[in-house]
This record gives sequence, structure tokens and C-alpha cells, in this order.
Amino acid sequence: MFIISCPYCGEREQSEFKAGGEAHIVRPKQPTELSDDEWAEYLFMRKNIKGIQYERWNHIHGCRKWFNLVRDTSNDEIKSVYKMGEKPPSI
Amino acid sequence: MSKNLRVKTSKFIDETTRISFKFNNKTYYGFKGDTLASALLANNVHLVGRSFKYHRPRGIMTAGSEEPNAIVQINDGTALTEPNARATEIEIYEGLKASSQNCWPSVNFDIGGINNLLSPLLPAGFYYKTFMWPASFWEKYEYFIRKSAGLGKSPTKPDPDIYEHRYIHCDVLVIGAGISGIMAAKTSAKNGLKTLLIEEKPNLGGSTIYQNSDHFKINNQNSNSWLEKEINEIKKIQNLEIKTRTSVAAFHGYNFLLARENLTDHLPVEQRKEKTRHKLLKIRAKKVISATGSIERPMIFDNNDRPGILLSSAIKRYTDFFGVACGEKIILLTNNDSAYETAISLIQKGINIEAIIDNREEVDSKLIYEVEKNNIKIFKGYTVIDTSGYKKINKVSIMKLSKDGQKVVGSKINLSCDCLGLSGGWTPAVHLFTQSGGKLKFRDVDQVFIPNVYPSDQLSIGACNGDLTLDEILSNTSNSLKKFLNIKNTEYENLEVVSSTNKFKRNIWLLPSNKILGKTKSFVDYQNDATAKDIKLALREGFRSIEHVKRYTTTGMGTDQGKLGNMHALGIISETAGAKMGELGTTTFRPPYTPLTFGTIVGRNVGEYFDTFRKTPIHDWHEKHNAEFENVGQWKRAWFYPIENENMHDAVQRESKAARESAGILDASTLGKIDIQGTDASEFLNRVYTNAWSKLAIGKCRYGLMLNEDGMVYDDGVTTRLGENHYIMTTTTGGAANVMGKLEDYLQTEWPELDVYLTSVTDHFATVSVCGPNSKKIVSEVIPDLDFSDESFPHMSFMNAKIGKISCRVMRISFTGEHSYEINIQANYGKSVWEKCMEAGKNYNITPYGTETMHLLRAEKGFIIVGQDTDATMTPIDLQMDWIVSKKKYDFIGKRSLYRSDTIREDRKQLVGLLTDNPNEVLEEGAQIVANINKSPVEMLGHVTSSYYSPNLKKSIALGVVKGGKNMMGQKLIIPMEKKNINVTVADPVFLDKENKRLNA
Repeated sequence: MFIISCPYCGEREQSEFKAGGEAHIVRPKQPTELSDDEWAEYLFMRKNIKGIQYERWNHIHGCRKWFNLVRDTSNDEIKSVYKMGEKPPSI
Repeated sequence: MSKNLRVKTSKFIDETTRISFKFNNKTYYGFKGDTLASALLANNVHLVGRSFKYHRPRGIMTAGSEEPNAIVQINDGTALTEPNARATEIEIYEGLKASSQNCWPSVNFDIGGINNLLSPLLPAGFYYKTFMWPASFWEKYEYFIRKSAGLGKSPTKPDPDIYEHRYIHCDVLVIGAGISGIMAAKTSAKNGLKTLLIEEKPNLGGSTIYQNSDHFKINNQNSNSWLEKEINEIKKIQNLEIKTRTSVAAFHGYNFLLARENLTDHLPVEQRKEKTRHKLLKIRAKKVISATGSIERPMIFDNNDRPGILLSSAIKRYTDFFGVACGEKIILLTNNDSAYETAISLIQKGINIEAIIDNREEVDSKLIYEVEKNNIKIFKGYTVIDTSGYKKINKVSIMKLSKDGQKVVGSKINLSCDCLGLSGGWTPAVHLFTQSGGKLKFRDVDQVFIPNVYPSDQLSIGACNGDLTLDEILSNTSNSLKKFLNIKNTEYENLEVVSSTNKFKRNIWLLPSNKILGKTKSFVDYQNDATAKDIKLALREGFRSIEHVKRYTTTGMGTDQGKLGNMHALGIISETAGAKMGELGTTTFRPPYTPLTFGTIVGRNVGEYFDTFRKTPIHDWHEKHNAEFENVGQWKRAWFYPIENENMHDAVQRESKAARESAGILDASTLGKIDIQGTDASEFLNRVYTNAWSKLAIGKCRYGLMLNEDGMVYDDGVTTRLGENHYIMTTTTGGAANVMGKLEDYLQTEWPELDVYLTSVTDHFATVSVCGPNSKKIVSEVIPDLDFSDESFPHMSFMNAKIGKISCRVMRISFTGEHSYEINIQANYGKSVWEKCMEAGKNYNITPYGTETMHLLRAEKGFIIVGQDTDATMTPIDLQMDWIVSKKKYDFIGKRSLYRSDTIREDRKQLVGLLTDNPNEVLEEGAQIVANINKSPVEMLGHVTSSYYSPNLKKSIALGVVKGGKNMMGQKLIIPMEKKNINVTVADPVFLDKENKRLNA
């Protein structure tokens, strides 16, 4: 079980959080103008990396804020945590 | 009368407290401090169980948690019974009853023993190979295989014991209280760190605490006396918590560990009452120090599994710690110096050693010289090739090893004995280290895996780090601790140490024999009866990965998880396949290190505490009025209210009729309620619902359907506009929390520019819903000041009102198709409003109805229930609810998905009404729907989602999803049931009041 440092509350147990999948997938501003393939790319396609992965997490049993973190999925090391809207750190 | 093999008073055993216990229904005596194993050995009982596959007689092999053979059922026939308990860990108590497992009719005469004679027919993979054909026979085979499988018997009665969970946070956790663990705990605590020391045995000190010999000295004291003083000192340290009888089960990432603290298993049953049996400790440690020691290796040769064959270190522990002799004519087989430590202990206690068989030739060792001084015969360069004795060993055969150790040479010598000790060197206990994600390296010189790369802030010290002699332990532990704890010095830097062990070992994984391998039974995994022959067979058959060999031969898959034999399996694989040990890797060590009971895992979360449940403010009233409840999410909802001997059907029919004919009342408090405010609230609703919201007037209500981005229906409910920038949304009971989460997600991550605030107010309001032709009369009596005329208060609108001084919100909305009102009031007034409505409705036969009637009424009206009539594959179009999907809105969640190539298919499953040809026949929910029963395979067109007998329409009605159902109106379909086929006709899903006359009446 990880310890996650919520950018609003500080270090908390993983059980207080909910994982929200891959980060930085932006909802298209004009979905109706996309082809089926382009829409499917947004809707379904997710990476599943062994290594450095950018993820969305929600402090659901705490401040309920969404934020992003960078995790090495091979050893669960959390490299960085940052707020929604902030630029992703390069790792 | 059994023999007494208690040889000497031990200070670890309280000989003034005699304890009686039963083993296989026979009474024996032991002393306080004995384990079941030590007490049985003191009574000269070696045969305790039968092996899993061949049913071979097996005895006590070890003195610890690594025991593969001596696993027993305790307290059989009682609620306290437990299978697969290790005799080497059970502390005896007055009244303990233990029995052998895996044998019938008894451990002395076991019918299954015939498998031993059949063993040439039962090679590795026997079951896989034999029971393959024909495939249809598997069900028959399985019955017999299951009968003969499994070890102990699971308890059948509810567990009477109490279990708890406890969270512990500490600076330093030390696992294992042997000499290095004691040093670590003391150093850590004395440097001001909050320290927790955990030990699986009842006492501290590991094996050093009984290492009483001139050959092992620290500062001129025998190592045991030195350690005893250290232990006495650490017991006084304030910030050091010590837990014995506590076993670490799992070591997860981020230094999160689970341990089981055993609090009562050593007490007589009558002293356990009201006490917690086990505590599951959930430990989060800043730093972890593993001092888990090492496990002695057995040796692999023909018939190496007979009762009376033990690890040499176990013989030493039984002698020194328990004062018990494991035999009267002991032979030791070794490839290293540790067997001589055992020999010296036996000599000290006056136990007869017949001979020592050492794989090594001449070795310069003080320990050997001391043993030789006592005129004990040592066969140097020899090995054991076979043993005899069915229920107990009585003879070993030995031969000289060739120079390369690959063959035996010369002639066979037979030696009689009643006990054989094996010392194949030591395996560092790295299980927890690797569980945590640590990487091992292989040390060639003595063929051991030791920790290499640490995945978290942790350290391994002592024997589990590969420091296997006293001098190495003391110097390396001190140095490692300084670095790890970032301290300048320890108390252990200038110790004078005497350590006489010669470290040379002659490692031969599979000892050679004068027979061909196929004729031998050289056990690698004792519990699962996997032999060296099986492993070689697996390799011949093409298995290469150790993980595959493990599963094919079942090596290491018993309750002991291969703590003894796994290294030999690896060694044999590497030798046979010509691969290097270090490159071969190891199988994965998985938690738990030793088995946990289910009780420990669930803790207090049993019975009514299994899950939390939620009650509405009106719950007591429902209870008092005989309601049956159903679980909806975590809520307890009134299901129906039987009067006298009514069954569910009768109650629901009565409630449904009353609601349509006069008045019904429902507790709708469980519906999710989300308060939405902000200047962009209307825009937000436009984006999350499929229909348009901007033009909804203040004071009006609107039904909304919410989709997922994939276009599938997610939730529904009525939302009311309370003010210019203020709405109250209702959600389904089960979906409330998820809807809230989803809305927050979009607001925070996709549309942070919107000025919208969400508050969950589900629990803040109680909701009383009154419906039926007389609902207006009743509600207007409860709220006399309000104008209930259709002009000022039409269907789908809302009014603020007061009941006495208490404000409430009244919505005229309906889920039943009847004229109805929902009164929302501060939760603590819910029950009183309910009672007021009941009082006002007395003259109108107001009838409380539950969820079942609610479902029936809405089905008559063709209203869907999300999650019952939909299943995350249904779009609004599939539900024939095109009318709710705005064509004008540029975007809303899920809009783009509604015209993907897959969602516009005409042959998707679509919601339809179903009427049975026989109006009295009620369909089963979930039943399959087909068109042609004669063409095989029969095509499944869909299934029934809702089905009821409607007392108002006096016929059976149902909703279902059918492929292409939209265009099947009037078509005949078939519902095939077990005993008959039911004919149905596809109908409009709205069965009652299509014109909405009742709603607007």
C-alpha cells in the first residue's frame, strides 16, 4: 500500500485515494467534429506502461480533490505529485 | 507405557507445571513451555502424519514454522478446530486435543498407503496426464480427486473467537529477535527511535539463547549468557515495544507490513473467554530491519523422509531448549560444521551419538576435534544412500563419495540408529525481503541467495543476510546498523568474539546413490511428495521455467511453501539443465509467510459489522409496522409491509391497488440529493444531462438522463430549479456517491472554468412521497397554507412551504404515474411528517408501500430503473427514449458516442414491453428471450428485465431487452423455461395511462 502525498493534505495512506487512470487525456473541445476513429482514440485507448506513468488520482476519502502523480509502475515509486492544470514534470 | 526421553531440566521449560493433552485420542503429558512437537518427542512419538500423495508415514522434521510434515488438526469436532496447525508451533495447554491428518482409518494403519506401492504409476503430472480424456468425464473424475485431496478439515461451525486489527506506526521495525535482532532493536531504541521488535516464537534470543559452549564466546562469556543480559536490558527500554508469538505475514511496498499477534492460542480454552485471539497488526514503519535468520537445509537421498529423520538444528533445539532427546542412537549427516554443534550439545546432555557422516574429507575445525575427543566415529567423505524402518528409521546405509561427489564408491556400510539428523547447510530466510520487492544475488561459495538491492528503506542483518557464523553476525551487524541508522557508534564495536565454526561446506544438491534415480524416492518437497525424480522428469518433458516446474511437480506448493526444499529443487534444475543458479532466479515468495486464519484477516468485520448500513429517519416507523427490508446500496429500504399472514405477493398486490385507487405513501429519503449552485449551474446541467436545462423556469422540475462518455445510460432522476443559480438534483439510491464523484471529476478536471459548487445533501433531507387520486387532499391537510390548485402547483413543479415553523420543499413529481407529491424536510422531522401524512390519510385508506410496489407501479407506467432495465450497454435510443436526447445541444457527456458505428446499429438490444399470451403467467426476471426454438443453436435475442403481475391491469406485464425489438411490435416471441415454453407478444412498454391523465388529474 503506497503512501501518497496529496498536494492539498500531505501524506496519507493509499486507502484514502481512488485511482483515475492515465493522466493528460484531454476531453476534445468539439467531439461532434471528430471521426469515429478519433473519438475512439480519446474514449478507449490507454497506455499501460511498465515504467514511468502519469496518472490521475482522487483524494476521495479526504479533500476529494483530483491531482496527478508520476509513478514507476515497475516498483510503485511515486516520483512526483502535482495539481490539476500544472505542467507535468519531465522525468 | 511410552518411554520418557526428557533428558535434562531446561530453564525454558517449567517442569513444575505438568500439562496433559491428547494426541490421536491418547493422553500424554508435557510441561509448560513445551510445543506439541517437543512433548510428543519426549514421549518418543515420532510418527505424526501421512504424506499428501503417497501417504507415507511422516514424523516431526523441524522445530519451527518451516515444518512440512507434522501438521495436525487441533480440537477436531469443536467450533475451535483448526486444520494444518504445525505441531512445532503449537504450545501445549491443558485439554489440548490434536490429531493426525490425511490418513484413514488411523495414522498407524492408513489405507491410502497403497499409493506408496503404486508410486511408479503416480509420476509428476499424473493427474494432468491421466484424467484428460474424454473431456466429458472430468466431472466424474473431479468428484474422486476432490475427495482424496486437501489436508485437514475446515471448521463447520461459526468461529467463536474474537479478532482485532490494529494500526502501528513506528520509526524502526525489527523482525526477528535472534542475536542480531536484539542488537538492532537495542541500538535503534537507545538512539531515541520508536522501535517495534517482533518475534514469532514465545521467547526472545533465537538459537543463540541456547548456544552454551566454550566455542562461542562474547567478551569472555558464553554467547547465551551474553545475550541473556542484552535481553534483560532491552526489556527495560521505554520506547521499545516487544511482541512475541507474532509472525510477520506480509511485507509490502512502502514499508507496509502485516503481522499476526497470537494472544490466546497457548492458553487453556476456558481462560480464553472474552479475550482477543489474534490481532492483525498493520504496521507502517519508517525503517525496517529484517533479522529473520536462516533455515537449515535437509539433504536429498533415497528414503530421506522417514519418521525419526530431523534437521540437525532441530535435534539441537529439542535437546538444549526443551531438554528432550530425539533418540537414543542418533546419527548425523552433514556437509558443514553445524552438525558438530549439535553433536557437542548431545554429548553435554549424555545422549548417545552412533556416528557422524560428513560429506567433506578432512577439515580443520575445532568443533570436529572436540567431537573426536569424545570417541565418536566420524565417516569423512561419506554419504547416506538409503534408510530403512517403515514407521520409524532403524538403519542407514552409507557409502564413500567419489572425489567429484557425483558417485558413490566402495562398499555399503549399514549402521543402526533410531534418529538421523540432517545438516545441509543454511538457507537465509529472505522470504519477506523478496516479498517487499527486494532483489537477491547468489553467493557461489556456499550456494545461498542473499539480499542485494533494497526496494525501500530497509536492511537485512544476521543470518538472513548471509552472515552465518557468530563472528560475522557481530561485526557485520554493528557496521550495517551504523550506516543504516546514521549513527556514529554502537555498543558492539570492540567485542571479543570466539567463534569456532569452519565455514567450509561441500554442497551436493542431490546426493549420489548406488541405485538409478528412477528406483529412488528422494524427497525434495516432503509435504507434497515431490521427489528429485519428479523434477528431472519435468525437465525431460520440456519444462524449463522454475515457475512451471514448480506447478507441474507441486514442489513448494504446500502449506510450508517449500521453506525446506525449494533450494534443492533449484539446485537440481540448474545441475540438470546446465544453468547457473544465479541466472535461474527463484520462484516468487508470496504472502503470507505462514498461514493466517480467515478470522484474523476479517477481524471485527463480521456479522452486523460486515458492512455499514444506512437507515432513513423513518426507519423505526417501518420496523414498528412490520416492514420487510431490502438492501439497496448500503441502505435498508422498506420492501413491503405484510399485514397478518400476508406473503410478499399478496402485500404488494394490496399496496399497489391502494396507491392507484386512493393513496399510497413511500419513504423516498434514500434517493441521492446533490445541491448545485453557481452562476454556471444551468450550463453545467446542460453538459451532464442529455436534455436541455437553460430554459427550465425557476420552480419547475425536469427528469434527466445522464450518460457515460461511451453513450451508455449511467443514472437518472428529477432535478428542480430552486433559484436562478440554484438546483437540487436527485439521483438513484445506489448511484448517488458515484454520480457525485463523476460530477466533481468533470468540474475539477475538464471544466474548471465553470462557476459551480456541489454539495451532497442526501442525508440532510427526509423525503415522504404521497401518491394516488387522494394525495392532494392528504397533503393539503398536512400543509394547509399552500395553494394546491393545478394552476399554481401543476405537475413537475415545486413550492417552498412550511409545516408549522419548519420549512420544507414540496415537489409535484411522480415515479408511479399517479398524481403525487414529495415532501422534502430536514431529516430529523421526517418521521413526524410521515406520521402527519398517515393521520391525514386515515380516511383515504392511505397505504404505506415499499420498494417492490414502487417497482411494480413504475413498470405499469413503463418507467425504467437504471441498473435493472439497463446494464451499461444501453443508450437512451436503445431504451426508446429518443425524446430526452437534445438534438440542438452542441455537446453533452456521451453525445458523440450516440452515433458511433456500433451505437447506431439497428439490431442492438432495445427495451420493449412483453405481454404473456396467458395473462396469469408471470415471467421470471432474467429469463432468455428467443424467436425460434427449433433452429439449433437457438439464438438468444435478449432477456426479461422486469416482470410483475399488475393488480390494476389484472394481467402479467414485463419489460425486456430484445435485439431489434423496436421494430418487433406485435411480434410473437418465446421464453423457454425449464419445463415449458412461454409465448409472449412484444408490446409498448407503457402499459397504463399513456395519455398521462392520472398525473395531471
